[in-house]
Amino acid sequence: MNKSKKNIGALIGEYGAFLALLLLVIVISIVSPEFRTASNFLNLLRQASFNGLIAFGMTCVILSDGIDLSVGSTFALSAIICAELIVYGVPTGAAMLISLLVGTLLGVISGVLVTKGRLQPFIATLITMTAYRGLSMIITDGKPISRLVASIETEGGQFLFKAVGKGNLEFGPAANPWFSIPIPVIILLVALAIFWFVLHKTTFGRKIYATGSNAKCANLVGVNTSKTKIAVYAISGFMAALAGLIMISRLDSAQPTLGDGFELDAIAAVALGGTSMSGGRGKIIGTFAGVLIIAVLNNGLNILGVGSYYQEVIKAIVILVAVLSDRKR
Amino acid sequence: MNIEMKGINKSFGTNQVLKNAGFFLKDGEVHALMGENGAGKSTLMKILTGVYTKDSGTVLVDGEEVSYKSPQEAEKAGIVFIYQELNVLFDLTVVENLFMGKEITKKFGICDMKAMREKAHEVMEKVGVNIPVDAVMSDLSVGQQQMVEICKALMVDAKVIIMDEPTAALTESETEGLFKVINSLRKKGVSIVYISHRMEEIFELCDRITILRDGEYIDTKEIKKITMDDVVQMMIGREIGERFPKREAKIGEEVIKVEGLTSGKLFHDVSFTVRAGEVLGVAGLMGAGRTEIMQAVFGNLKKDSGKIYIEGKEVTIKNPRQAIAAGIGFITEDRKTEGLLLEKSIAENIEIANLGKVSKNTVLNKAKQEELVKKGIEEFKVKCFGPWHECNNLSGGNQQKVVLAKWVYTDPKILILDEPTRGVDIGAKKEIYNIINELAAKGVAVIMVSSELPEVLGMSDRIMVVREGEVRGILDGKDADQAKIMTLATGGSL
Repeated sequence: MNKSKKNIGALIGEYGAFLALLLLVIVISIVSPEFRTASNFLNLLRQASFNGLIAFGMTCVILSDGIDLSVGSTFALSAIICAELIVYGVPTGAAMLISLLVGTLLGVISGVLVTKGRLQPFIATLITMTAYRGLSMIITDGKPISRLVASIETEGGQFLFKAVGKGNLEFGPAANPWFSIPIPVIILLVALAIFWFVLHKTTFGRKIYATGSNAKCANLVGVNTSKTKIAVYAISGFMAALAGLIMISRLDSAQPTLGDGFELDAIAAVALGGTSMSGGRGKIIGTFAGVLIIAVLNNGLNILGVGSYYQEVIKAIVILVAVLSDRKR
Repeated sequence: MNIEMKGINKSFGTNQVLKNAGFFLKDGEVHALMGENGAGKSTLMKILTGVYTKDSGTVLVDGEEVSYKSPQEAEKAGIVFIYQELNVLFDLTVVENLFMGKEITKKFGICDMKAMREKAHEVMEKVGVNIPVDAVMSDLSVGQQQMVEICKALMVDAKVIIMDEPTAALTESETEGLFKVINSLRKKGVSIVYISHRMEEIFELCDRITILRDGEYIDTKEIKKITMDDVVQMMIGREIGERFPKREAKIGEEVIKVEGLTSGKLFHDVSFTVRAGEVLGVAGLMGAGRTEIMQAVFGNLKKDSGKIYIEGKEVTIKNPRQAIAAGIGFITEDRKTEGLLLEKSIAENIEIANLGKVSKNTVLNKAKQEELVKKGIEEFKVKCFGPWHECNNLSGGNQQKVVLAKWVYTDPKILILDEPTRGVDIGAKKEIYNIINELAAKGVAVIMVSSELPEVLGMSDRIMVVREGEVRGILDGKDADQAKIMTLATGGSL
């Protein structure tokens, strides 16, 4: 097998997720004029940003031969802490930073359970998932914290808080929606670039792949596999917290049930993107395609008026077909 | 039961492991089967018990030709193989293990525990052991687990029991217990095939001995009529020839000194030194503790005590990273599970050990990456389609060259190679020997663990012989020979 002579089958295998995405977009665009508008595409991307950010972190964890079920709960707990701090009167910027730190720390705890505690990643993060959800409930007494913007005193703070989730970056005539990109979409694209760089162009990225490919071997050539694993869970926690900030900014409220089930969408996106569930193989760009497929399905099926019960089944079928076609030949 | 195996041939792929091998077992005898590692002892017994099928040859049991298709079929005929790695279910109880798949049942398939316990006691009495039948297997000592295996064999009225290295994991008193059981079985007319490397045990226990060498039948003797030296002679007896490239040894200063290295039951009080430009061969039988010693030197296995000095300075090595920082490289015995990222490319495998060399401030540098990998493929003559070639699809020899390349570029002062030519064809072997010689010529202190005696003799300046976790002696390469090494390795003295 010569690289330059890769056959079409291999190409489809490598970019299968994008092909599926393209096909979906074309089909839905033909059927629905409403779907193919610029404002809908941007809206779709904004909707995708939560899952996208979480799925990028999840990709790192899965590449290192782990899994992180706790992202949904981390999303909720860090968002709630941010909201509580804002209500308590902590400056917005500081509250957001603390929230991101908390998310990172929550990830570190999962990582320590996996490495020092020698728990299987599935079990370790099932434990943290349950614990973080419980803590969210305890902190809020199960009630939502609402009207966050109103509790921020400074105008700058209000602006910052709103910008994260609701803001647009405008750089052209207001009449053209393409010149007004939602901030969450910008964050998503910047994150994509950073993840791509770290995974493919740095020694840390190599360590993640090596750890997931064969931890024993990686350890023997001097890779600190424990440190690497803790780092990927920390990244995953950070990304979940970042997504959480965008969510509470959009909702102007935080509630303990936020992000329930988000871990499954993130894992689905990673799987759709062709990343091996046993680690060592996969690309961040594939995950991005996976995220978009799920977003296009959600958005497109809604616009087409498909009932939400049917949507779930259709999503399942698309994931099944994509994953089967991506299987190593 | 009389067994006669004649003219047995068996190949795996292109590798012929048995050539005209044979074996003759009489009623009620304890028959030793000896040979070097890889001589074909286990393979021959696996053919007898239906694990493998022979390519050609005949097997006669009590004069009738048989060819068992599975271990179950052999078991029904009364031939049971007890493997070195015991074949027990550790989470289940003794009774459950004894009756696995042959449970005594009442109506509706309900287990009759009472009947099974009674039968279990009966069998234990016959063997003369007393193990609580409701104990969970993992709570028992290895010796007791082995007794359960023997009882399991007797449950099916075994006439022939084959034991592969049964005493490898046993303590002295457990070994005595096992011998008592074997003797009582012999009196009851059960034949035992006893595969072992331990010369004293064989001379104490066995009636006759059969020797295999390189898959060939050498001879069968009455144990009373021969000496240990005769056995060693029969086991080796082959020419070394010019398979090993000559090297002018320019031996320099001492690079590594290991003192009193001890780790639990694995090995104790191991001391040795290696000088710059020297190749220290490490010989011993399988399970002697050679690999474990080297793993401990490299920090991949916990040591209880002992000091390591590098270039005269004591160093702390608790993990592989510290070992690498101290200048040690380690090529493991198992290249598939420990040596390579199998599903990754040659480039990624060479780079992962040399991340510092191919990056600047942790950002990978494409020019440096390409240069290092290109150099690796050329210098080590790796036959491949390119740097992106997945290691999975390389031959054993080429895989080993990738492993060598990745370690050599870390510029180690000390390179430990554990079974560097295992599963490698003869051509690649010689290339690997050349690489080792070049490294030594550059002043690297080389430690080479190997089970192939000719290789150890052909390559080493000095040879350390390990037996049961102890250094039995360090021989000078010039006056060492296979007989001396085998004598030390099997517990004799020079």
